[in-house]
Amino acid sequence: MSQINAWERVIIARKQNRPKALDILPLLFDHFFECSGDRHFSDDRALVGGIAMFEGQAVTVLAQSKGRTLEENMNCNFGMLHPEGYRKALRLAQQAEKFKRPIITIVDTAGAYPGQMAEERGQAEAIAKNLQFFSQIKTPVITIVLSEGGSGGALALSVADRIYMFENAIYSILSPEGFASILWKDESRVKEAAELMECTANDLFNKEIVDWIIPESEEGLENNINFSIAHIKDKIRTDLNRLNKLKLNQLLDQRYAKFRKIGSKL
Amino acid sequence: MKQHFDKRRERLNLFQAFFSKPKTIKISEKELDFIVCPKCNKAIESSEMKKSFSVCPQCDYHFPLTAFQRIETVFDGSSFYEVYANATSTGLNNFPDYLNKLIRYQKETSLNEAVVVGTAKVNDIKVAVAIMDSRFMMGSMGQIVGEKITRIIELATRRRYPLIIFTASGGARMQEGIMSLMQMAKTSAALERFNQSGGFYLTVLTHPTTGGVSASFAMLGDIIIAEPQALIGFAGRRVIEKTVKEQLPDDFQTSEFLHKKGFIDQIIHRKELRSKISQVLIFHKESIR
Repeated sequence: MSQINAWERVIIARKQNRPKALDILPLLFDHFFECSGDRHFSDDRALVGGIAMFEGQAVTVLAQSKGRTLEENMNCNFGMLHPEGYRKALRLAQQAEKFKRPIITIVDTAGAYPGQMAEERGQAEAIAKNLQFFSQIKTPVITIVLSEGGSGGALALSVADRIYMFENAIYSILSPEGFASILWKDESRVKEAAELMECTANDLFNKEIVDWIIPESEEGLENNINFSIAHIKDKIRTDLNRLNKLKLNQLLDQRYAKFRKIGSKL
Repeated sequence: MKQHFDKRRERLNLFQAFFSKPKTIKISEKELDFIVCPKCNKAIESSEMKKSFSVCPQCDYHFPLTAFQRIETVFDGSSFYEVYANATSTGLNNFPDYLNKLIRYQKETSLNEAVVVGTAKVNDIKVAVAIMDSRFMMGSMGQIVGEKITRIIELATRRRYPLIIFTASGGARMQEGIMSLMQMAKTSAALERFNQSGGFYLTVLTHPTTGGVSASFAMLGDIIIAEPQALIGFAGRRVIEKTVKEQLPDDFQTSEFLHKKGFIDQIIHRKELRSKISQVLIFHKESIR
């Protein structure tokens, strides 16, 4: 599959029939109990959160949710979170810390929503607070990048002990379209942008940002999702076992080091 | 003939100076330097500019300051001690034209990167500081900017100094891609460790503070202050207008707007900045060894 170029992966990642967070959630976890709202302003449907069982252990799940149909997408704002989405995630993460539940996040967003209301309610502050809090949260965190990881809006749910990324997912500083438009003022150069941005799972694995690439069936993720799910379950089981055994300061030191080492040469 | 060319060059220089930022008009015969305020178009004498901390005496427009001008206006004379001054992003990646761009900015600004870090004193209180300079590639944050800021946060944590960061940035540096984005997480993680150690962190938001910088260390101060009329926000105005397809209010994403919405403690005029910073540092003496 490695001969697929970056732009082709962008197209695969955005395919309408590619499984969304709400499709993989019941395959990975049992007894999902949804928890809504940020307790301050509203409930952001672009972030689905709650408690579930992973092989007998209670975990907190925080999933960025994209829809398939227009109606679904209107409901979840095309997977673009408002500040209240990030604050809901933060609230549930604090709860997970209290009850010593590991956290599994699922990242799938083109970016944080760029809108007037989002700015008024502090999009920047909401993202910043998540980055800060998750960096030292006293419970293990695992992130699964499902399809699209765009900018600070994705990063706010990716500060984790382990980051897994689907083979055909992309993760970047902003969309290839935005990148082309900012750097060359020419949106038509998206393919070139996608290559330059180093946004594929392989690129991020080589940069030691992503810890493991989730294999996708050659039939396509939408046609054989169970192939990937079985791999993820194995991996979560192994990693949670390891992370659960660490002393708290080891867990926090390792997570700090994971991000501290990125571009640490002067 | 030479005279003719010299005259043309002089006119061309005058023309270029007028359209570059800040607009400076040099009238060599009279030996006077003027800077034109971009907001009210008043001509301000350069000597007057210095006295007014580069604020327009007529309309209070705050001209952007270079990092070293900022240091001069805020910290005790010659107390600033710079660290990691030579760190440079040249040779980091092969993005087309990036290296040339960096070299050009280094020549233009006499800086090696978009942030200057070190230690300084405010009324004899020792602080760790980072000052961003928007002239250097829009003050954008790449690996070196992120690393310098992280190291100064760690230094503040180790030595128990209060930390002050002056932000001025368009956000993460596109040319360094994902590595730039990750600097948001790195700096925020360092700040959380500083936070848990009981350190005091003051952010001073100056024009402009947007994108990845606003969504990381800029918004994490124990106290957040801003200069008047600075542009502060996450998404760009044009992006938002394209998304929501409606006209945004005039004061949208200004310091005043964010203050009204509850994200900034105070807006402080540049001439009062030093005394206010000194005041909040005294309040936090307990956090200083």
